Parts: sequence; structure tokens; C-alpha cells
Amino acid sequence: MKKAFKAAVSRAVNDANLTGALGKFSEAYKVNRVKAYEGIDFEALRSSIAEIKSGAASHLDEVADTFKRNAEALGAKVFRTRDPNEVKEYILKVARDNGVRSVVKSKSMATEEIHLNAHLLKNGISVAETDLGEWIIQLAGQTPSHMVMPAIHMTKEEVADLFSKEVDERLSTDIPRLVKVARNELRPKFLAADMGISGANIAVAETGSIVLVTNEGNARLVTTLPKIHIALVGVEKLVERFESVTPILDALPRSATAQLLTSYVSIISGPTQNDDGSLKELHIILMDNRRTEMAQDPKFKQALQCIRCGSCLNVCPIFRLVGGHVFGGVYTGGIGTILTAWFDEMKKSEEIQGLCIQCGNCKEVCPGKLDIPEMIMEIRRRLVQENGQSLAQKAIFGVVNNRKLFHGMLRAASVAGRPFTSGKFIRHLPLFLSELTEGRSLPAIAAEPFRDGFAGIKQPKSTEKAVFYAGCLIDFAYPETGVALIKLLNKAGIEVSFPPEQTCCGAPALYNGAWDVAAQNAMDNIRVLLAEDARYVVSACPTCTVALAHEFGKTLETLGEHAWLAKAKELAEKTVDLSTLVKQLVDEGRLSFREGEELGKITYHDSCHLKRTLKVSEQPRELLRQAGYQMAEMFECDMCCGMGGSYSMKLPEISAPILQNKLKHIKETGAPLVAMDCPGCVLQIRGGFDRDGAPVRVQHTAELLADRLAG
Amino acid sequence: MNKMMEADKIMYEQFKARAVGVGAEVYRFETKGDALDFIVPFLQKEGLADAPGSYAVWADCPFLEGVDRNTLAKLPGLRFEVSRALASQALFGISQVDWAVADTGSLVQDQSAVEQRLVSSLSGIHIALIAPDRILPGKAPLFARINPQNSRYIAFITGPSRTADIERVLTIGVHGPQRLIIIFVDELGGEKR
Repeated sequence: MKKAFKAAVSRAVNDANLTGALGKFSEAYKVNRVKAYEGIDFEALRSSIAEIKSGAASHLDEVADTFKRNAEALGAKVFRTRDPNEVKEYILKVARDNGVRSVVKSKSMATEEIHLNAHLLKNGISVAETDLGEWIIQLAGQTPSHMVMPAIHMTKEEVADLFSKEVDERLSTDIPRLVKVARNELRPKFLAADMGISGANIAVAETGSIVLVTNEGNARLVTTLPKIHIALVGVEKLVERFESVTPILDALPRSATAQLLTSYVSIISGPTQNDDGSLKELHIILMDNRRTEMAQDPKFKQALQCIRCGSCLNVCPIFRLVGGHVFGGVYTGGIGTILTAWFDEMKKSEEIQGLCIQCGNCKEVCPGKLDIPEMIMEIRRRLVQENGQSLAQKAIFGVVNNRKLFHGMLRAASVAGRPFTSGKFIRHLPLFLSELTEGRSLPAIAAEPFRDGFAGIKQPKSTEKAVFYAGCLIDFAYPETGVALIKLLNKAGIEVSFPPEQTCCGAPALYNGAWDVAAQNAMDNIRVLLAEDARYVVSACPTCTVALAHEFGKTLETLGEHAWLAKAKELAEKTVDLSTLVKQLVDEGRLSFREGEELGKITYHDSCHLKRTLKVSEQPRELLRQAGYQMAEMFECDMCCGMGGSYSMKLPEISAPILQNKLKHIKETGAPLVAMDCPGCVLQIRGGFDRDGAPVRVQHTAELLADRLAG
Repeated sequence: MNKMMEADKIMYEQFKARAVGVGAEVYRFETKGDALDFIVPFLQKEGLADAPGSYAVWADCPFLEGVDRNTLAKLPGLRFEVSRALASQALFGISQVDWAVADTGSLVQDQSAVEQRLVSSLSGIHIALIAPDRILPGKAPLFARINPQNSRYIAFITGPSRTADIERVLTIGVHGPQRLIIIFVDELGGEKR
């Protein structure tokens, strides 16, 4: 990553105002959002929105034509263009033809996207943003940091300073008073403006209507008082039928601000009368700016299902730390990364796509059913395809692709790490590597990897077999987790085998855009893991499990390796994570835990891949309860711990504060023990507590369960 | 009470709870006379005067049918002719809305006529009159009844104008009314209490 970008990230993370405001908002948002959706079947609702929007996107041209025809029949003027410059010229021409000197605007991301204000100002037309947040950033000369709350990064002190300059009077930081100042300052601008410019949240083809969703009431004034109204609408806002407005209105306010409905919704269909009796001039501009191209791209067409609620920003563990400005463009956060790559250029997303830790929070809450993490992975893949990998990455993956060399180096690391090791941890690394141990100790590489100790484990013979896929972390850092897994399965009468040719699951390569490396890893592992006739392929690492059960097939398909797809599917069907398998064995009466002992409080950390990709969260909790623990849930139990594989090494300045938050929430439960199903999370959280010093034990669920087996 | 009336009562209570939840004030009166007996003193108490910034503008509506406007117009500052100049100096805007939506506490009105928008968007306090039989349970039945082909400006109003753009602190009354007073009048339609 470039120095300037790293510096911007560091500045943002160390800006207490920013992280304070965003952190507070995002914590409250999650709770309020759930409340706002009470009594609503969110899955059904978002399926219907996804269907409505993808339906329109699949024949955008026709839908836009229908809109144009129907809006024009009502008397609106509709202009369609692919080119942002034509939009600016069109608006300027309407302004000049009508002698427009001043414009009032209600919030429109589409106008931000094309930098309309600068163009109008340059041509001598004054422009006032009237949404309070937009007005604040206009006065400050900034871009919005959040698409729903543009000025969320600013404090009341900063706003008071800006407003004081504007009204030439020293204002206090009393927020209601500041809001009053905005009302009083902007009211005359509304009344004097010759033209109003708005966006639209929805455009309905069959009725030629536009729908505006606001809280402040500024859009009502912008569309009522000036004699000319121009609405700039991205074509992704089009829906075919009027009835489609309902589900979007059900979701947009709930997802955006956790409101049941915003204060105002206006449905405008054709020009209305002005207050002097004349008919309003209504122009609607349907802007493409690469949206049609996006609709034709199989990986990115889903982005047109976005209703611009910003919930992906609100639940993002990274966004709450860095805010919007490090994204550098008009659109911010996860969706912003994707829109920047398309509306701006792919190259602009080179740095910001690296901010995504792939935790999957945004995918869970998206009312348009967008898979943002997947699209960001695709951006990574295309960037690597276009520009190649960095030299360092090439060197690393060159090694990962050669199992013997890779495993040899991991063994060497066990020796090389020794001078820095104290007990089971590496606490300090020299020079440029020191950031890796900032706020967290790294595990010492085990003296004897699992693969070397496996042969010495005595197992009962059985016809029911499971192949154990260890993954690098369990194999080389936490072999004891693998030992526990074998103990559990043996107890249920399952014999475990460990094919030593198994290699890296390919996740590190995949998450860095090196799909060819990931595909090679996939093929190598499929060959090895299917060689034995076993009932299960079991893993105690959710990231590996996801690779085996989901990613192998997708990766090979994307790279056109069709000959491998049947085998990938066969492997996927056999693959199971440890907690799911153990729960099943317990339910079948094949495993049980010692009874009659109270083991006290425990808290459970949900790992991203386990909870959100594999949809496993109750099974480990239920097992731990049955084993005698009392579950004490932590706040945000399913929030990412900041590990994210190599993420914590690339962006330790972000990973570290996320970890600190996780440690805090664990400590707040008062439990002396925290369980989790992912060795990556164990590495991160155990390393965090080693530095933190709090007496909290961090264990993989497998080990805790194996210790409590009956008999 | 028959089942129908019971359902209406539940809907009214749900509407009221939702509307109050977002900061609106909800009242209910049997007759127009009762409603006026509330409205007139309310206007006076809150500062109605024949001066810029203190006017009340009342947009034409079914409520006013059969009401003696001349007597009402004697209240200093109360106007029935709605212009931009008056509305922009109005403390109160009064209008009658078409629908109430119970599950979100929203009011819905065909505001194609510009005076309906002026009184409800420029004033500081919006008084919305409505008939109790215009309450609908949710958006689906509402959307079956509104038609953009006939109504060029359909407005949903849910509570007063609000913002949280400064430090996420909820603040009422940015560009629209700071108060929304909703008055159900049985005589306008619907069952007696």
C-alpha cells in the first residue's frame, strides 16, 4: 500500500472525534435497526427488492424508455444520457435559457458523483446545498463522508465555527441553536432560488413518477418554491411498477437510519402548479455513467440492486474506525469502493479495496441483497489480473504454491522465531516487522507440527472414517486443536486420517486476488482429500471449511477449470466444520459430556466465516452449555476480531483497535474464558490478551469439549 | 361494539402510538365545533398575531364547508387565502389530509394544489385535520388507493421535520414544521366515539 494512503488511514484511526462519533453511531445503529425491523420478514422483503431492482436492471433501456414516455406524457421533460458531461451541460443550458442565478439543492449523490456544484459555480450560478449535512460540508469545502449522513465526521464545535463565519456572529455549540441558524440562513435562499435540483430515491417507469425520501423537509421546498425543478436520477433508481415503491419504502428508512419512515416522502408525477399560477418546468435527467455496462457484467450487475441506504457502512468494522474520507471519492464504504471502481475507474479502487476485511457484516444487512465482499474480491482479482501481483506477494504465493517449500519454511520459522519467543508467544519482532506484534503477540510456531505428531496418536480402528483437514494454523501453530478433534471423533467411533500432502486452503491467495494460486491450491487439495474413501472431511478452521465447501468450486469455475467442478462439488458435500459434526454426533447419542459439574461462566466469539458463510452459531454454544459452561454473551459477539488473515499484517493500524474493542467486550462479560471455533481468531484474541494482561483464557471450542468428554 | 368498530379502534390507537412516537401530537374531537373550540385557543395561546412570522394560513378543505369563515377570519392573523408571501411568514399552517397510515403513524395527502404544500412545508406548526375513517393499516392498502395519474404531488408526512446531521443528535424542526398537530374529527367521516 502506498505511504500516503497508509498515512490517511492512520490519521483517521487516531482522530478521536471521528472514531468516537462513528463508533457510537454504529453501535447504536445495530440495535435500533433490529428494533425498526421488528415484525417484518427481512429475508422476504429483501428478496422482493432484489427481484424488483434486478428485474429493472436486466432491461434498463426499455424501462428507461417507458419512464421517459410516461413522464413526458405528464408534461415533464426527460433527458437520457450516458455521459456525465452532458448532464452538466444540459443543466447549465436550462439555467442559462431561463436566466437562473441561484439554485437550491436537496441531497443528491448523483450530483456529487459528477461534481455538478463546481460546474455551476464556475459558470457564475450560485448553489446552496440545503440538506443540513450537505450544507455543512459545502461550507467546509469537503466531500460527504457517508451517503446518508454526509457530515457525520464533524463535531458540533467544527460546525459552530463554520456557521459563525457564515453569519458573522460567534455561535455556541448548542445543537438545536445551530440547526435554527441553518433554518434561518437557508429559508431566504429557498424563497429566492430560480431553480431547485434534487435527486430521486426511486423512479417509477409505469407512472413516470419520482419518489423523494427525506427527513428535514428541504426536498419539499426545493420541489415547490423555485419555478424550475431538475431531478438528476441514476438509472439504477428505476423500477417498473408503482407497487414496487412499497417494499423499497419499507426498507430504505429502516436500513438507513432505523426509522419506520422518514418525516417526508414525496411522489412527484409530472409538473405541478407554481404559486403564481404558472406551470412548473420539470426536467428529469436519467444518467447512466457506466451503470448499463455494470448491469451487463455478471459479477457486478447485482450492484444495481442497491437502494443507497448506507447500512453497509453502518455495520462495517472498518468504516466505524476510518470514516468515509479515506475512501477518497464521493461514494464511501464497501459499496463506495465498488461504485468508485466503476463510475470513476478501477485503478482508483486499488488502495481502498484493501480496506475490506471480508467479515460479511454488510452482506447480512443489505436490503438489496448485494454481496459486497464478493464484488470486492472480484475487484481484487481483476486488479491482479490487470497489473499482476506485487513482487512481495508473488514471492509469498510462489512459496505457498509449493507445499514442500512452504511447510519447510514454516518449520524454519519455528527455529528462527525462537530468539523473540517467550513461552508460547512471539512478543516483539525486529524492524519493519514490529507492527505485526503491535497490541498483539504472535503465536510461536509449534516445535512439533501436527503432521509430525499425527502418526503417534493411537486411534481405534473403525469403518466410519473422517479425513481431517488441518489448515496451516492448526498444523503449525495449534496442533493441540487437531489432537482434541481426533479425541472427539474417536469417542464417537470415527477414525480420523490425515493425508500429509494436504496444503494451504488457498484463502490467503484468494483474498489477495491471486486466483490462479488459489485454484492450484484447490486442485492439489481436492486430489488429496478425495483420495481416501471417508464419510466426512472435517476442519476446525471456518476459513478453511469455507474454502473447501464454497470457494474451491467458485474459484475453479471462474478460471474455467470445468473438469474439476464435479470433484469440487463432491468435496464440498463431504466437508463439515467441527462444531456442526460434534453437535450431530451428540444429538445422535454417540457422544456425551461429563455431567454434574458447574464450570462457570464462558463467553463465545462468533467467527466471521462460521457465522455468516456457514451459518453456524448455535451449535458451539449448545455444546458448551451441555459440557457444563454457563453462557454469558458479550456485546457484538459476532463482530470481527480484526484478524482477517493477512489483513492484520497489511493494516495493523486498523486491526489493532478492532481487537481492542473485542477484548473490551469480552472482559465486560466477566467470564474468565472465551471460546471460538477459528484458530485465526484464537491467534488474534489470545495474542491480544497476552499483551493486555487480563486473566482471560482463550480456547478453541474443540479443546474445551474434548476435555469434558464422558467416560 | 361490532368487530369492524373494534378493528378501527385498534388501528386508531396504533396510529396514535406511532405518530406520538415520532413527535406528533394527536387529538380527537366529535364535531367540527369541538375541534374549533380547541384550535382557536391553541392558535391564540401559541402566538397567533397579525404580523409577519405570526400568521396562520388555512388551506381550503372539506372541514371548512359550512364553517363561517368570516367569523373565524376576525381572529387577527388568520388567513384563508394562501400565498407564498403569507405562508413564508406563517407560524401556523392548517390543512386537511387524505389518509392516515397506522403502522408508521404517517399522514398522506394529495398536495397537487400548491397551497396545500405551502401551508404544510413553510409553517412552524402544521395542524392536520383528518376524518377517522381515513385510517389505513399500512402502505399496501394505501398504494391501492393513491394514483399518481390523478395526483401529481403525493406527500407523506410522518412527525415533524427532523435532522441528526450534527453529531447524530436528533433535532426537531429544520426546514419543515417543528410541530405536527394531528386532529381527528369524527364528524368528517367515520363512527362516533
